[in-house]
Amino acid sequence: MVRWSRFNIASVVLGFGFLYLPIVLLVIFSFNESRLVTVWAGFSTKWYTQLWYNRGLLDAAWVTVRVALLSATVATVLGTMAALTLVRYSRFRGRVLFSGMVYAPLVMPEVITGLSLLLLFVAIGLDRGFWTITLAHITFTMCFVAVVVQSRLLSFDRSIEEAALDLGATPVRAFFAITLPVIAPAVFSGWVLAFTLSLDDLVIASFTTGPGATTLPMKIYSQVRLGVTPEINAICTILIGIVALGVVIASLVTRRREIQRDRDERAAFAVSS
Amino acid sequence: MAKITSSLVSRLVIIIPYAWLLFFFLIPFFIVFRISLSETAIAMPPYTPVFDLSEGLSGILESMRAFSADNYVWLTEDALYFNAYVSSIVIATVSTVLTLLIGYPIAYGMAKAPRSMRPMLLMMVILPFWTSFLIRVYAWIAILKPEGLLNQFLIATGLIDQPLIILNTNAAVYIGIVYSYLPFMVLPIYSALEKMDHALIEAAQDLGCTPTAAFWRVTFPLSLPGVIAGCLLVFIPAVGEFVIPDLLGGSETLMIGKTLWNEFNANRDWPVSSAVATILLLILVIPIVYFQNVQSRADGEER
Repeated sequence: MVRWSRFNIASVVLGFGFLYLPIVLLVIFSFNESRLVTVWAGFSTKWYTQLWYNRGLLDAAWVTVRVALLSATVATVLGTMAALTLVRYSRFRGRVLFSGMVYAPLVMPEVITGLSLLLLFVAIGLDRGFWTITLAHITFTMCFVAVVVQSRLLSFDRSIEEAALDLGATPVRAFFAITLPVIAPAVFSGWVLAFTLSLDDLVIASFTTGPGATTLPMKIYSQVRLGVTPEINAICTILIGIVALGVVIASLVTRRREIQRDRDERAAFAVSS
Repeated sequence: MAKITSSLVSRLVIIIPYAWLLFFFLIPFFIVFRISLSETAIAMPPYTPVFDLSEGLSGILESMRAFSADNYVWLTEDALYFNAYVSSIVIATVSTVLTLLIGYPIAYGMAKAPRSMRPMLLMMVILPFWTSFLIRVYAWIAILKPEGLLNQFLIATGLIDQPLIILNTNAAVYIGIVYSYLPFMVLPIYSALEKMDHALIEAAQDLGCTPTAAFWRVTFPLSLPGVIAGCLLVFIPAVGEFVIPDLLGGSETLMIGKTLWNEFNANRDWPVSSAVATILLLILVIPIVYFQNVQSRADGEER
């Protein structure tokens, strides 16, 4: 039988240690009393209170959150459409090009995406700022949404949707009544992924921004270049906290839905037998 | 099977994302190429216009003659660019191999874990991927600094008595890339290993294979699609990486993403940065197309 050997356990534990240790240290030192980020001098939350008075930082955070909310929402709609196209329509003119355009942004170096979008915005004469960052973020995050939703659609049993169509539902109605509820967890995790990617992005935002729109990663980056400070650790800790909370909520929602679905299926089975 | 292709709605489902990607992803590349052929000018935008649509076709033909390959000539004349391309590819290759060596045992261990634990382990690999890239790179600065936590630890345990200089060297860049891209390597390998039928290993062992031979002759070849996908997911973005060499690397670290960024932001030379981007894209076209094929083949198999 499958055995979880000592070697397997060791590699998983060491691997996770490697993945988590830097983040844990960063969080710990955000509570450090001293200005030095590497010498522990007692517990303090003063860096968090200082953040509250940093106007520039709060403004940047607000811009970032608005960009992320808007771009993640549009990207989810477009990405879900792209996923449907990839899974449902195996033959149409330019399908190869389409799937290429969905997969390429996943690996495209950010400097190329950023530069090319900037040159597009300049060429069409769009004022750079909040809206150009949002458009850029929609473009690269929609592909991640498409991949997440696509993998769920591939395992989706189409016969239920076909049954709805046979019973006279319009395709749009069948999609909203049958398909969307089933793929909803994937659509939701696609949204969360798009949101965090947008929150995180430095390079593309730096290229496509204009005067007046500074995002949090740009602010953090310019401060990091000047040196490591506990304030940055504090901002980072807050961001990590938000993301961790989001992921926990997302997984709880998914699990709840799965339990509910199991219960419904069992109930249906009990009735029919 | 109910075909719904004829309806207008389903056509829109195709057309909207298609048009979006054409306009915001594909067309910009042509603009980059176009500007890479123009000349630097001290103006805003800082390049001489190459196309002027208002003059119609003759205007376009006229401006075609003004195309200049000067920026590309410039790139070949200055060894800095050539070295930056080569060194980016070398750094990305070494990092990809290191990531594979570290990531494979993790994915293998996860796939062997008790079934009930796997969703949690999977979640734990994905979680760092959701936290900010910038933050994860930043976290390493405090660890790798000469007076940082790693050196403090090593000196305290008596392993070394002089602090190691890691930050601002290529070693730090390797650590940064391996660390940041590890989940991209672990996830595809894990999903390939998890799908594998364990009976195959038992069969190999029943037929006299040692566990090591069974691994190399059965398990590893079956996980190869995951290994290839993982390597491409690490290699391609790592070649153009900017944040990691900028924050962790030093003056000796030459990477093309950083060169492009400096050319654009410090020198404000848009045509030259466009030429740098065009060549980088040409270098990456083969691995990117290969990655797309791997992806679409994987989707085809699942169907």
